[in-house]
Amino acid sequence: MTDIRYLAPNTLDEAIGAFAAAGSTARILAGGTDLLVQMRSGAVKPGLIVDIKKISEMTTIEETADGTFRVGAAVPGAVLAEHPRFGKVWPGVLEAVNLIGSTQVQGRASAGGNLCNSSPAADSVPALIAAGAIVTIQGPDGRREMPVEKVPAGPGRTNLKPGEILVSFTLPPRPPGSGDAYLRMIPRTEMDIAVVGCGVSLTLKDGVCTAARVGLGAVAPTVLLVEAAAKALVGSKLGDAALNAAASACSAACRPIDDKRGTIAYRTKIAGVLLKRTAAIAAGRAGRN
Amino acid sequence: MAKLHVSTTINGEPMEFLCEPNDTMLDALRGPLGLTGSKEGCASGDCGACSIMLDDRLVCSCLMLSAEAEGCEIRTIEGMAHGEKLHPLQQKFLEMAALQCGICTSGMLVASEALLKKNPQPSEEEVRFWLAGNLCRCTGYDKIVRAVLETAAEMRQARN
Amino acid sequence: MNVITNNKWIGQRTIRPDGVDKVTGRAAFAADTTMPGQIWGKILRSPHPHARIRSIDTSKAEALPGVKAVITARDIVNFPIDKPVILGIQDMRWMCRNVMAREKALFPGHPVAAVAATTEAIAAKACELIEVDYEVLPWAIEIDDALKPDAPILHEFNKFEGKPSNIAGKLEVKKGDIVKGFAEAEVVIERTFTTRPVHQGYIEPHACLVSVAADNKTTIWSSSQGQFMVRAMTAYLTGFPQSDIRAIPAEIGGGFGGKTIVYLEPLATLLAKKSGRPVKMVMTREEVMRATGPTSGSKSTVKIGARKDGTIVAAQGTFYLQAGALPGSPIRGAVGCSFSPYDIPNVLSVGYDVLSNRSKVAAYRAPGAPIGAFAVECVMDELAEALKMDPLELRLKNAAKQGTKAAHGPVFPRIGYIETLEAAKAHPHYHAPLGKLQGKPRGRGVASGFWFNAGGESSAQVNITEDGNVVVTTGHPDIGGSRAAIANVCAELLGIDYRRVSVLIGDTATVGFSNLTGGSRVLFASAMVVTQSAEKVITTLRERAAKIWEIDPEAVKWENGAAHPASPNAGQFEPLTLAELAAKAPQMGGPIGAGVQLNTEGAEGGFGTHICDVEVDIELGIVRVIRYTAVQDVGRAVHPGYVEGQMQGGVAQGIGWALNEEYIYNRDGKVDNPGFLDYRMPVCSDLPMLDTVMVEVPNPKHPQGVKGVGEVPLVPVMAAVANAVHYALGRRFYSLPMSPPKVLAELEAKG
Repeated sequence: MTDIRYLAPNTLDEAIGAFAAAGSTARILAGGTDLLVQMRSGAVKPGLIVDIKKISEMTTIEETADGTFRVGAAVPGAVLAEHPRFGKVWPGVLEAVNLIGSTQVQGRASAGGNLCNSSPAADSVPALIAAGAIVTIQGPDGRREMPVEKVPAGPGRTNLKPGEILVSFTLPPRPPGSGDAYLRMIPRTEMDIAVVGCGVSLTLKDGVCTAARVGLGAVAPTVLLVEAAAKALVGSKLGDAALNAAASACSAACRPIDDKRGTIAYRTKIAGVLLKRTAAIAAGRAGRN
Repeated sequence: MAKLHVSTTINGEPMEFLCEPNDTMLDALRGPLGLTGSKEGCASGDCGACSIMLDDRLVCSCLMLSAEAEGCEIRTIEGMAHGEKLHPLQQKFLEMAALQCGICTSGMLVASEALLKKNPQPSEEEVRFWLAGNLCRCTGYDKIVRAVLETAAEMRQARN
Repeated sequence: MNVITNNKWIGQRTIRPDGVDKVTGRAAFAADTTMPGQIWGKILRSPHPHARIRSIDTSKAEALPGVKAVITARDIVNFPIDKPVILGIQDMRWMCRNVMAREKALFPGHPVAAVAATTEAIAAKACELIEVDYEVLPWAIEIDDALKPDAPILHEFNKFEGKPSNIAGKLEVKKGDIVKGFAEAEVVIERTFTTRPVHQGYIEPHACLVSVAADNKTTIWSSSQGQFMVRAMTAYLTGFPQSDIRAIPAEIGGGFGGKTIVYLEPLATLLAKKSGRPVKMVMTREEVMRATGPTSGSKSTVKIGARKDGTIVAAQGTFYLQAGALPGSPIRGAVGCSFSPYDIPNVLSVGYDVLSNRSKVAAYRAPGAPIGAFAVECVMDELAEALKMDPLELRLKNAAKQGTKAAHGPVFPRIGYIETLEAAKAHPHYHAPLGKLQGKPRGRGVASGFWFNAGGESSAQVNITEDGNVVVTTGHPDIGGSRAAIANVCAELLGIDYRRVSVLIGDTATVGFSNLTGGSRVLFASAMVVTQSAEKVITTLRERAAKIWEIDPEAVKWENGAAHPASPNAGQFEPLTLAELAAKAPQMGGPIGAGVQLNTEGAEGGFGTHICDVEVDIELGIVRVIRYTAVQDVGRAVHPGYVEGQMQGGVAQGIGWALNEEYIYNRDGKVDNPGFLDYRMPVCSDLPMLDTVMVEVPNPKHPQGVKGVGEVPLVPVMAAVANAVHYALGRRFYSLPMSPPKVLAELEAKG
């Protein structure tokens, strides 16, 4: 007999009701690839586990006529990869979500869980920030939206209010000539937490960058939106000068720590290296669109 | 909370069991269900020795609450052979010495079968990246990758 | 001894007898076993790296409903510090303090108490209720810290050069006169190397299930590399006579040396006795990483001097290896193996065993030798560069061969080292163009290595079933496919189809004493006793046929699974098959079978020479191995598939050790990466195919020419990778792992 309770509600309202009522000891269960590890290590001792996988709004993907994508917060990366169109429009976001963990983890892990777990090194977040994703949140006080970069508050903490659940991500329609990419540095080829993660989304017109967003992960308490890097790219033809300036902006934005995955010096240096490589891939994809 | 009662299907058979809300599927398989073919190497989703198929999706059973099995179709290593008839992957692993101690083998086979179902003609690189979540300390992966590639080729042949 | 060369089964890639169970999930590993009424054991572990234990109050734990037994060091037999009690490769003074802290907790994770309860959750809760009064002490982990003049001393009783010290031992090997030797040298290279502690990395955590009857008759199922070691250690630590303990080896999910000692079995036995219930104990991954026996971190200084023509005249090595909390680092391997591939007239090799507040090291695949070889083989590479010689040529010029007096003492008999060098030199890998990728320089490195290999005790029985087939019972847990090789040998000797031979691993009650699965000795030793057993069986079979034919047994030969007249003079008789003789056994003299127990001798060391290609992403500092060829002198590959497998597995471990594996400690002296996420072993996508070349120079002292193969493959790897990185970057790395931040820092340091 334990004092943990498990619930699998069928509707969002039920989920919010139970989640809010249980207060700070409640946890949302989507893929479970973070929550179960934390429970096992004793880092988290939930009183109530709310399994939201029966709620269709959280587990479905919609593309509207104008090209907006609405992705349920609990959609696993592997399911997102099987969508006929998503990966063609947002290859960077897709590759970011599908770099989390292993094939097994990707069968369950979701962008919503990744975002709300709020690790500074979360793989999906830099790409979602670069994409300009907006999240839809619902709580006891109703529904609201916020830019994805405003969700993380610090390592392991979000800006969601008590009782609020992340419902879905909305990705804006893609202008022609757009492309995105995500790269991370890890010491092995798979399975590691990102030492630095970089997401870049660009729009090119006649070879000139007309819009850009850069997300940088694992270099600060939360994943960063690096506006200075984007500024350095916009208006340029993505030549060496612009890329170097953007790279420097990324290194300058870093406020990393020394930990078992990387040092301050190392992360700061390679933030710039990754920016250049990621921007090149995004530009290549933009050029083909 | 009292124990939960879960009804699920495992390797094609309907099964029921009782579990705590915080038991993992791996705990349920190795405990009340008596299916010890799935192994615990880390309990944190890093080694893949507990790999199973959940509604045709490759997952780590240590990263799933057993309560989540309700109404689902689960396949484990125990369901891979059909009586005496081994799956071609199992047979190939034996022929090519693609196992030494065998602790990772259940997970490797479940993961490899999932790969070949999804991609019957994987390249060496695709095999290696698909299996990155299945740790092996004995073999250096060489014979495992070769066994998967050869089985894939043979299975394609058999279909043609 | 005539080396058998027929190869109907020997040398064939047969299907291992235990294989079907392993690919269907049926094979029973220790954690898979259950017994009715079993309860769960859990361990309370010290949070401190170093602390005196003033008192332990277990009363609240004992009072918790569901708790059936609690033990502390008081329940374990004490071996007083002043009297060594050697058991195999361990000293019981240290073992009794390793399985549970006695006077002091010596590392974070050191067991302090253990509980058995009806559920794991209750046992864990009970552990939390145990109150331990610690006097926290200063600690030292790194070698330099442990050797400082004011370092905290782990064991006051441990004296070195008359004073309490953290140096627990010194080993020295000497040949000739190095002062004279270096005086003759025209080129001298001296370098210092450091390596971090690494774990054997077996995927299966330690586990056991123990049942103790009211009269102390004990049955232990456990994951171990030696059921006789388990029985003996448990007997010593509990005080039960060995005859009361039956230790059954479950299938083992990896060991690599890490399971050649016990952690759980004595505790589970005491808990089972106290509670009257079978007790199951399974380690978590975190417990494995924190509290089992990862190998030493090290600091080595190697100096090699040569004449301009490449003749090595002198070599000196000083190797500091961490023992961990209690004495016993593998300095023997570092000191004894590192210079062994070479014929050097003047050698001084010294090792120091350094105590430190981390878990006590256990064996790891050629213990000590990979550490020493990393240093020596990198210096050899620098020496070759200074002499403007090809690195394989330098080794060939100085290679040990039959008649060479090895630095560690023995005169080498027929060995295969030169063959490995020549095979490496001739291999297409050595001549293949490296190719180039923008921003990713490539390099090629070579290295050699040696490991002693062991013989030792082994027992086996070969019994003929009533229906004319064969059951072989051997004494060593099968950690890499030895059952397949043993079946090959037995089938070959008896001249029957391989599938008619069943090979089982006995437990301490069903097979004679057999030493550990380790030292690359399982096939060497078991094939020897199986051969002798089979030969006795063949003698019996010939005698039975002779009786039936009423001729002299000398006139009967055994061939192709049947008795035949040895010559036309013996008479005209139809052959009598194994099945026919088995059927007649009761009337013709009784059971047909034989057992042999030996302390096997004649084991010979093995050599390897490896070629490694790497590619380095210089902007990120990431090194990838893109091609690898391991050449090894394997004696005789009785089952080539499993010999190749040993080589490939050792190489993979070495690549991890070279590039990414290391124990990371936090400011409080605790392991910061006790899991597979941050203890970074190679994953499938990290490695290329690992090519192997098996050079067969049969061991003349073994009936099938077998030499140990399992450990040698780890020895040369780190140096092969480091030498390849040097070729790619023009930089030498003297410290492992060559992880990306270190590589990048090194590239930036020199511009």
